[in-house]
Amino acid sequence: MTTTTIAGHEVEVNEEGFLTNPAQWSEDLAPELARLIGIETLTEDHWKLIRFLREDHAAMGETATLRRASTQTGMPVKTLFTLFPVKPAKKMAYVSGLPKPKGCV
Amino acid sequence: MTMSDTPIVPSFDADESSGRKLAIICSKGNLDMAYPGLILANAALGEGVETHLFFTFWGFDIINKATMGDLKFSFVGNTAMHMPGHSMGIHHMLGALPGATAGATKFLKKQIADLDVPDVPEFLELLSGSGAHMWACRLSADMNHLTEDDLYEGVEAIISASDFIELTDGAQLLFI
Repeated sequence: MTTTTIAGHEVEVNEEGFLTNPAQWSEDLAPELARLIGIETLTEDHWKLIRFLREDHAAMGETATLRRASTQTGMPVKTLFTLFPVKPAKKMAYVSGLPKPKGCV
Repeated sequence: MTMSDTPIVPSFDADESSGRKLAIICSKGNLDMAYPGLILANAALGEGVETHLFFTFWGFDIINKATMGDLKFSFVGNTAMHMPGHSMGIHHMLGALPGATAGATKFLKKQIADLDVPDVPEFLELLSGSGAHMWACRLSADMNHLTEDDLYEGVEAIISASDFIELTDGAQLLFI
């Protein structure tokens, strides 16, 4: 377990850099987490996904998969790949301060 | 517990630069043999891996618009002979009775849907939206008297086996 400072907040992260405690995340952390992985600006569509992921994790106890994020928000999978390129599910989770999704589909 | 001044950042784009490529040959048209290829393709795409699927022989049923929503699961010739999650085996003789395949198919489809895994046509949409390259086998198309109009729209073309080998140069390969 490592403690690091992101956007002025002291947070605990795992060996990959994902936050280990979702409660340590707040909305002002997201733009900095996004910047660290090469996403310079968070648009309203990014926020829609981040907020869905946070609410869904709080309700379900696990991080939504890409398909779940797509079907539940009504945003096409293709859009998710545009907003969070290459590895959308993991990047969305990272910016939202959540663990990587465990589900296969 | 240690302190780190510079944040540890996941190396999300490491695979992209490595140019990793995956080729999946789908040769079976049973419901339970369609899913492994689709699920692995979806996983690879989600990891940023360039993914190609080649549908051949009975695997053609996965992309044939007339059959893709109606793949079957049968106990006959299935050495596992039980439903997922249920250890009770079904005798081959019973599996061959009229209605056994329809019942088993219905049950498996429900198990899949309960896990929030899409049916085959929706799964193809998911793969297509994720950037999968889907190819249909030329020989299978000729054998089934089918053209591109008969196939799922996301299929890029009907190509020969040698075309597929050529365009998946350097790829890791899965035969299902």
